[in-house]
Amino acid sequence: MSALDLTATPPRASLVRGSLPSWGPRGLTIGAAIVALGLIAATDVNAALVLVSAVVLCGVGLYAWSRAVEGARTATDRGVTFLVSSAFALAIAPLVSLLYTVVSRGFARFDYQFFTESSRNVVGAGGGASHAILGTLVITGVATLASVPIGILAAVYLQEYGHGRLKRSITFFVDVMTGIPSIVAGLFAYALFALFLGPGIRLGVIGAVALSVLMIPIVVRATEEMLKIVPNHLREASYALGVPKWRTVVKVVLPTALGGIISGVMLAIARVMGETAPLLITTGAFSSVNLNPVDGRMQNLAVFAFNQYKNPGVQREPYFDRAWAAALTLIVLVMTLSLVARLIQRRFGTETR
Amino acid sequence: MAEPTERSQEYMDSTEKLDRGATAPTKEGPDVTDSVATSVDVQTVLPHEGRESVATVAKRIEITDLNLYYGSFHAVKSVNMTIQPNKVTALIGSSGCGKSTFLRSLNRMHELVPGGRVDGAVIIDGQDIYASNVDPVAVRRQVGMVFQSPNPFPTMSIYENVVAGLLLNSRKTKKPALDEIVERSLRGANLWNEVKDRLDRPGGGLSGGQQQRLCIARATAVEPEVLLMDEPCSALDPVATLAIEDLIQQLKANYTIVIVTHNMQQASRASDVTGFFNLEQSGTPGQLVELDTTETIFSNPANKATEDYVTGRFG
Repeated sequence: MSALDLTATPPRASLVRGSLPSWGPRGLTIGAAIVALGLIAATDVNAALVLVSAVVLCGVGLYAWSRAVEGARTATDRGVTFLVSSAFALAIAPLVSLLYTVVSRGFARFDYQFFTESSRNVVGAGGGASHAILGTLVITGVATLASVPIGILAAVYLQEYGHGRLKRSITFFVDVMTGIPSIVAGLFAYALFALFLGPGIRLGVIGAVALSVLMIPIVVRATEEMLKIVPNHLREASYALGVPKWRTVVKVVLPTALGGIISGVMLAIARVMGETAPLLITTGAFSSVNLNPVDGRMQNLAVFAFNQYKNPGVQREPYFDRAWAAALTLIVLVMTLSLVARLIQRRFGTETR
Repeated sequence: MAEPTERSQEYMDSTEKLDRGATAPTKEGPDVTDSVATSVDVQTVLPHEGRESVATVAKRIEITDLNLYYGSFHAVKSVNMTIQPNKVTALIGSSGCGKSTFLRSLNRMHELVPGGRVDGAVIIDGQDIYASNVDPVAVRRQVGMVFQSPNPFPTMSIYENVVAGLLLNSRKTKKPALDEIVERSLRGANLWNEVKDRLDRPGGGLSGGQQQRLCIARATAVEPEVLLMDEPCSALDPVATLAIEDLIQQLKANYTIVIVTHNMQQASRASDVTGFFNLEQSGTPGQLVELDTTETIFSNPANKATEDYVTGRFG
């Protein structure tokens, strides 16, 4: 009886509304893509024009269809979702294209010989880039050894001890350093060493100094941000146990921020590893293995790729292949570093409230 | 006028009964301190009077004309009081009246806040902790603190958290001695049975109440003489709160305890002496209005503002 009464009561407002079929948006997009590709294949109209108008028409069509069936609010939702997805595709397209190009062209010489041999006395095909790979590792390693302690200590000063005008001015100069063009850093390092060792000097360590100038502000910024998010109540808990400030910083604050600091350092390394301009000035070009940063010229991957492309021999293909392989190696190195950074962050990262 | 007082009296009686029922089975402290605690003489808690010492390791704290500032803001005005050893002293009062600021001045944490400034004397066991030749780090080793929200160190295990005070100070302690300290402190904090099988797990994995007891164990592991607690139960549920209050009753056998609380039932249940802080209006400094035995404060306070506050008529 009561159940009957309930069903008999008409609802005050309908909760039901129309909706597009579940395949609707996807079907529309795929359809638009097929039509656009067909047009490009069949006719000789401008491909970019066809693609852009296909995307615009597809978005407008989806919005209009949804508005007719589902109402204004859902239509806006679908329209904005389409807009955001298109923007994402637009942003990711160059990256995918770049990666595809480098992998497909670099693969030709991405072989055993490339990693084991240097390009000493190599004319034409053959040879490798072991000298450049080792040089990159040495120069970046020295730069890291120099800039990580300076960067972390500077960040600790700024965040834990500094106040007043000195802190403000250091923060300002770190910000300015972040914006220094890399070629200026290279010229600075070259000029510094040329003052003492005479003009025309080329050493691995000069390149390392140039890279340090670029790395330090990144390390300072990353570490400072990490120290900022270490909750203050942890510092107070440590003080309340009768622990002096410096021990609190060393044993509580830095370990808590360690995961973030390590990943910041890794990103700074990845950022400077591919630098070309400052190393072109400071370390010069060299075709043999040199592991001593304070004795003579040193090759590195970016400059190697640049030189192979700039000065090809009569037979150009082997030089271009080596350049692409060097680019691929650089990307692999940087990617490995980023992955290691992620792993370290996951391993040592602590949740901070 | 009479009505609210009577109501509060009834209310007090009922909470006291509840309190006895809850704490009776867990009382382990020696009988001597118990009897002292229940028969507090009003004379002994009045400022600067009653110096007769109770046989104990815990310290008496005498505060003389203490003024606290944040930059140019005068936060607490001329506090004079004596905190008795082996008693629980509760500080009550509305938000922003300076209770926590005052508490933090007792182990020189107030000056860590930028602009924090202290004027006056805090004498612990005959020594003024604000004398110019006193090392604040040494003061904090004698005056431990438990904070409002549980804050175990996230990078450390439960074991390491308990002995953090020793590890962080690199005090050389042999492993068996450390084990003993860990077990004693965790037993003292009523946490041993719950965590003894997972001492190597991170302290952040415990529940809120367990984390707070871990923090109490950490504070007691360095064997301070005074234990300050800044609203230690405000983030905890009633069951965990009861566990902490039981713990406070046991701890007062060995420590001088000062606790800031917003919970008036807690002050009436857990403390022997209660101080009421108030400010005349916002913007003026907070003051210690009244200090007396908890029983007197909650049944027959001398000051009208105290009565309004403890009976719930305070604005």
